[in-house]
Amino acid sequence: MSTELTISKAPAGLEGPGFFATNIDKVIGLARSNSIWPLPFATSCCGIEFMATMGSNYDLARFGSERMSFSPRQADLLIVAGTIAKKMGPVLRQVYLQMAEPRWVISVGACASTGGIFDTYSVLQGIDKVIPVDVYVPGCPPRPEQIIDGIMQIQELVKNEPLRRRNTQEYKALMQQYGIQ
Amino acid sequence: MTELTNAYIAEKIRNQFGDAILSASEPFDMLTLVVNPSIAHNVINFLKNDSEIQVQFLTDVCGAQFPEIEGQEFCVIYHLHSLTNNIRIRVKAFIPASTPTIATVSDLFSSANWQERETYDFYGILFEGHPNLNRIMNVDEMDYFPLRKEYPLEDGTRTDKEDKYFGR
Repeated sequence: MSTELTISKAPAGLEGPGFFATNIDKVIGLARSNSIWPLPFATSCCGIEFMATMGSNYDLARFGSERMSFSPRQADLLIVAGTIAKKMGPVLRQVYLQMAEPRWVISVGACASTGGIFDTYSVLQGIDKVIPVDVYVPGCPPRPEQIIDGIMQIQELVKNEPLRRRNTQEYKALMQQYGIQ
Repeated sequence: MTELTNAYIAEKIRNQFGDAILSASEPFDMLTLVVNPSIAHNVINFLKNDSEIQVQFLTDVCGAQFPEIEGQEFCVIYHLHSLTNNIRIRVKAFIPASTPTIATVSDLFSSANWQERETYDFYGILFEGHPNLNRIMNVDEMDYFPLRKEYPLEDGTRTDKEDKYFGR
């Protein structure tokens, strides 16, 4: 077996003998994006696909998401996989509120994104009705490759996010829209 | 002891309640009694406490709506099971939409508590004497009864469906 390791590329910066200077944003972004702790919020068949994604065949751990955090307090990424009934809406929202900043949300599958085939009185028509979403993964259910692609897109977001983004007016307005302080 | 045929049970109930039993039929060999809603509780009480029939188990309580039958828009259906005799009996009571009330059977069968709450939740049928008649399945904020035919099944907040793709 090969023991070759892939090392993340260092961000652009000023390099010389014995020193390397770059933005702290980029260093922190690099560290965060390769150590995301996901919180799976799986309610149905998309959750099963997500379990396959976590398992050894697809191995989400390769992307630095080795540990699933089953406590929202320590999680960075909320993965909502499955149909969210209207009765579940406030629960999902509370889980989101319990997560510490910075936090990201990925909506896996048609049901979480839009309500999917369940255009009916009891189902929330997309989780973006109650919490903000960063990445939508289409599919019914999506293949593990698609979920991994979604998580890689989250990694890109995390890597390039300025540290002060969450203090911007734009971000505050987004939160205000959802009634979140 | 006489054999407990459907005809025998129907006869026995008719003797007890007379004209309040509106009809007795046997769809798929299951005795189905349509009763006057005011005596539905008494009929179930009788079936439960009768020494022969001995209905111990309430399988299900559910509702149905027939908007075209005036004065009998709602129907409450009870499925009863005698475990001793392995007999199933269906009891139906039709009630008007203007006063959709019927007596609770949760005093006879504790299992009716949740089933009646569910029937209330979806059809708005009021069970008089129920200890805690409020929503059980749907969100508490819901302000209508979703399985009533006057309400659309689809969710009004859906935004990604374009009417032209659905022939509307």
